[in-house]
Amino acid sequence: MTTPLLEGRDLKVSYPVRGFRRKPIEIVHGVNFSVAPGETLGIVGESGSGKTTIGRAILGLALVTGGTVNFDGRDISHLGGAARRALAKDIQVVFQDPYSSLNPSLTIGETLAEPLIVQGWDKQAATKRVLELLDRVGLPKNAAARLPREFSGGQRQRVAIARALAPEPRLIVCDEPVSALDLSTQAKVMELLLDIQREMGVAYIFVSHDLAVVRHISHRVGVVYKGEIVEQGPVREVTTHPENPYTQRLLLAAPIADPLLQEKRRADRARLRQTQHNQDVQAGAA
Amino acid sequence: MTSTPSDSTVVQPSETDGEEVRKGALARLVRDPQAVITGSILILMIIAGLLANVIAQHDPNEANLYVVNAPPGTEGYPLGADQAGRDILARLLHSINTAVVSALIGASVALTIGTAFGLVGGYFERLRGVTEWTFTLIMTFPGILLLILLMPLTGGDYRATMLVFGVLLSPGIYRIVRNMTVGVSRELYVDAAKVSGVTSSRILRRHVLSVVRGPIVIATAFLCGTAISTQAGLAFLGVGSLSIPSFGAMISEGFRNIGLAPTQYLWPALTLGVMNACIVLFGNALRDTLQGAQPKAQKIAVAKLVDGFEADAESEDTPALLSIRDLGIAYPSPSGALNEVVRGVSLDLKPGETVGLVGESGSGKTQTAFGVLGVLPNEAIVTRGSVRIDGTEILGAPESTLRKLRGDAIAYVPQEPMSNLDPVYTVGSQLVEGIRVATGLSKREAKSRALELLERVGIPDPRRTFDSYPHEISGGMAQRVLIAGAVATEPKILIADEPTTALDVTVQADILDLLRDLQQEMGMGIILVTHNFGVVADICSRICVMKEGEVVETGEAIDVFANPQHEYTTMLLNAILDEDTVRTDPPVSVGKPTEGASR
Amino acid sequence: MLIYSARRLASGFVLFILVAFITYWLLSFSFDSVIAVRLGASATPETIAAVRADYGLDRPVVVQYVDWLTGVFQGDLGRSFYTQEPVADAIPPRLFVTLSIVVPALIIATIIAVFLGTFAASRGGGADKAAQGIMLFGYLVPNLLIAILLTVVLAINLGWLPATGYVRFGDDPSGWLKSITIPVIALFIGGAANIANQVRGTMIDELRKDYVRTLRTRGVSARTIVYKHALRNAAGPALTVFGLTFINMFGGALIIEQVFALPGFGTFSFNSALQGDFPVLMGLTVFGVGMTVSVNLLTDLANGWLNPKARIYS
Repeated sequence: MTTPLLEGRDLKVSYPVRGFRRKPIEIVHGVNFSVAPGETLGIVGESGSGKTTIGRAILGLALVTGGTVNFDGRDISHLGGAARRALAKDIQVVFQDPYSSLNPSLTIGETLAEPLIVQGWDKQAATKRVLELLDRVGLPKNAAARLPREFSGGQRQRVAIARALAPEPRLIVCDEPVSALDLSTQAKVMELLLDIQREMGVAYIFVSHDLAVVRHISHRVGVVYKGEIVEQGPVREVTTHPENPYTQRLLLAAPIADPLLQEKRRADRARLRQTQHNQDVQAGAA
Repeated sequence: MTSTPSDSTVVQPSETDGEEVRKGALARLVRDPQAVITGSILILMIIAGLLANVIAQHDPNEANLYVVNAPPGTEGYPLGADQAGRDILARLLHSINTAVVSALIGASVALTIGTAFGLVGGYFERLRGVTEWTFTLIMTFPGILLLILLMPLTGGDYRATMLVFGVLLSPGIYRIVRNMTVGVSRELYVDAAKVSGVTSSRILRRHVLSVVRGPIVIATAFLCGTAISTQAGLAFLGVGSLSIPSFGAMISEGFRNIGLAPTQYLWPALTLGVMNACIVLFGNALRDTLQGAQPKAQKIAVAKLVDGFEADAESEDTPALLSIRDLGIAYPSPSGALNEVVRGVSLDLKPGETVGLVGESGSGKTQTAFGVLGVLPNEAIVTRGSVRIDGTEILGAPESTLRKLRGDAIAYVPQEPMSNLDPVYTVGSQLVEGIRVATGLSKREAKSRALELLERVGIPDPRRTFDSYPHEISGGMAQRVLIAGAVATEPKILIADEPTTALDVTVQADILDLLRDLQQEMGMGIILVTHNFGVVADICSRICVMKEGEVVETGEAIDVFANPQHEYTTMLLNAILDEDTVRTDPPVSVGKPTEGASR
Repeated sequence: MLIYSARRLASGFVLFILVAFITYWLLSFSFDSVIAVRLGASATPETIAAVRADYGLDRPVVVQYVDWLTGVFQGDLGRSFYTQEPVADAIPPRLFVTLSIVVPALIIATIIAVFLGTFAASRGGGADKAAQGIMLFGYLVPNLLIAILLTVVLAINLGWLPATGYVRFGDDPSGWLKSITIPVIALFIGGAANIANQVRGTMIDELRKDYVRTLRTRGVSARTIVYKHALRNAAGPALTVFGLTFINMFGGALIIEQVFALPGFGTFSFNSALQGDFPVLMGLTVFGVGMTVSVNLLTDLANGWLNPKARIYS
């Protein structure tokens, strides 16, 4: 296996609490993970599990209180100011909410040019690059002069992807990028993300609550539960033969879009619950 | 293009405040008669003040004993003279200047301090504690009292006084700017900018200031008004130099002389009144153009019907529990024309069955559900059709009929559990209220019924939950509470609007199990609104697929999944990510291999 | 709830100490000029310095302030430079006069505002338009003008009420009532408009919320939803305005007093400020700030009681 592009070691992330001398609340309790160049690591978990926080810690948007995040072998978990900003050309982000992630008062062109301009591109080169990017994500050239509100959720998410691609990063953190989209739009945006990866070799950290989505896009998967990665491995193994009890529950809880198969899954889930319940009782008795 | 057209219907007018919008705003302001009239009056007043020495023939402080209390129309004294024999017109015009200078000083000091600290306090969380404290401190000063108390310091000079007053006004601006800045800095686009390597100062300039600008402009108009009337009040008291003409001083003198020469009081009072009114009205017009019209009142009432509406008279007696026929619901567009979002939906529900109302966002599925419940928003208008619950037509029925049905025959489970509980009352008291309204049980009986229900919906410690406030319980628990409230009266029909969308998958499965059990127990018919085909497959016996306000396909769930008839249904089913597809292609690495490599 | 109250109390206390200090510090710049005015022709730098030393005003400001503050906690606010009357005795009767117009005005304003705001928010249509018109009028006209207009019409032209002067409640209750009627009316109009507008806005926001719809589907009546649920939720934001309105009204009262020649807080402040009567000015600061701090405290506590979340998070 190649050397990892990004590696988290015993990473602890906390949420600062307002007020004098109050201790931050730890949300992620020491997780280990790694992503190779061109690979997708899926991070799946439920709300409040800490999956989004892991993504934000990688991006330098959350308070790391322990462990390291190594990018290219260098610890980036406590970078500040200019050193952090310099990383912008390597690590980028696509957020969940396509409405809040674009400034409503800037045109699409201005939004896309901003990361380039702060890195010292001149205006003409930036404009040219913006048009390339729009083309790459399947939006018309005249989109550059328009405001976000003229676009649908799916189109805005394409803009967000274009913004992330602008500096040709090596890693993009995707935080639930398709959760807010309708079913038909979701599939197309996923297809775009896959194409881009195959073509450019960018690595993804793909955070989602939806197992089906993660299964579709990830090479490897980590399952987060209460701030810990409880199971991690190649996508096929984790999603077909999970070992961790929580992963098993998660897998059987997701309904299949087929009445007959779902009826069977429901029965499986009821059986699993009974088994796990019995185990808990035994463990309690022991 | 890539997404469904219905996607683009989402408009968020409150967020619009950019360069382009502002150009539009100015154009709109010029078209608003209220803004044009008040604005012109203000400009005329300011011009008159600037030309004071040209218009009036006397110095405002020049006393002439021959014209003491001269009536209006006296030669050289068009508005008369006061008790010291000074030209009232000259004094009035110079008073305008005093007022304008007061407004300028007061407003600019308040703006500068308020905006600067608001941005800093709003954006840098670590500094917020300090700024918050400081401005609470300033706000607690009783302003006018302090200005009076500080007279020994300011010497009564109105400019120095207004300087201090500007500081006292700054908390208002600070609060606006700080709130908006906090709001903006939580927006994901600010996070995205940070990740893109944008510096804090650039983020403040480019992303924050553009949003804050509008509200500041509006607040400034009102600040000017406050500064002018405060200055007038202080001058009325006698704070300030006697040689500076001002509205307050003139009113005070005129008031003392009111028996002899009532018009002396009238002129300054009228001018001050008109000036103040113009500023407030102009500020209101400004707010309407920059922020859109003020929110409309919310009347709790049955949905409006289109003119000449008549429920479709249906001769045949349908055995259905709920029968919807050709239902149409519309919203007025800005131009006034009606825009139908539900276009002729028909649907039947039998006891004990679950019908899935499926569609993407904007398909009209939730509007249909609200229409059946009779809780459409104020703006909605029912255009056609018929909705019968147990044989009773509800379109056009009075609220009292609907209220009886709601307590008894039909109930509702919402999408977002937290926002559907009243935050200031305990969970228990909200349940008890619903039960008592519907059944007329005593408080004690209602309480024991509520506890039974909480237990029934699988809440581990019903007593504790009963006494909890909504924010003290989890989303899954809150949804169970809402289900308990809905089934409290054993309704015949349950309308569940995306009841599991806001919940985690594992909780979703539990809630679906609960709904299934309750249905078997009570024999309810359920309409389940959802976009999730997994949920449909799990619980629905029949499916109604909606697209752009119309039902495109109805059928038994098994049949529709196996053999969809409409192409839209087929497209949706194909878009579902397959259970069996797992990513198999290995990672490719063709990106920037090393630093400094040429591209 | 207890901790919440204690925290609020402590923060109010610190606020009071700070505000008093800033006032003291600002006033200390004017000591020389005030003394010079008092001494009149005999004022020379030497005599001024002597008087300063006499009063202990030549020490560092912080020392003076701590000294003064110690006195305050012992109930001693010093004596007036001019009348030698103890400040602690001189202020309360004047404060009472001012409060006797502010408090009724605030109560009337609140009752009218809650009714008007709720009415406007939950009725809509013509009722809403009319209510908004009334509110706008309250905003438009400065209360100084209202006061004078009312005096001219009700007192001078019609002679129904006395134009000026104050009758002590103990002397003649009905006379007292008559003497405060016009000032109270002049004062409450602006305040009512302000609170009503706030109530209307927050009520509309509340009535749009999801829980209102859910309550409707349970068969709860519109009246219960508006008054029991939405109004109580809207009370929090309205309370903040209530506190600010009190401070505004108090400031307005200082001016209104002058119109009606009421011997209140404002008249006293104004005269003392003209004379540079330093101990009295500081005493007035103590009462003025103490009062606003306690009103803020009360609104905070009321908010904590109304809103269960505030008890935990603030």
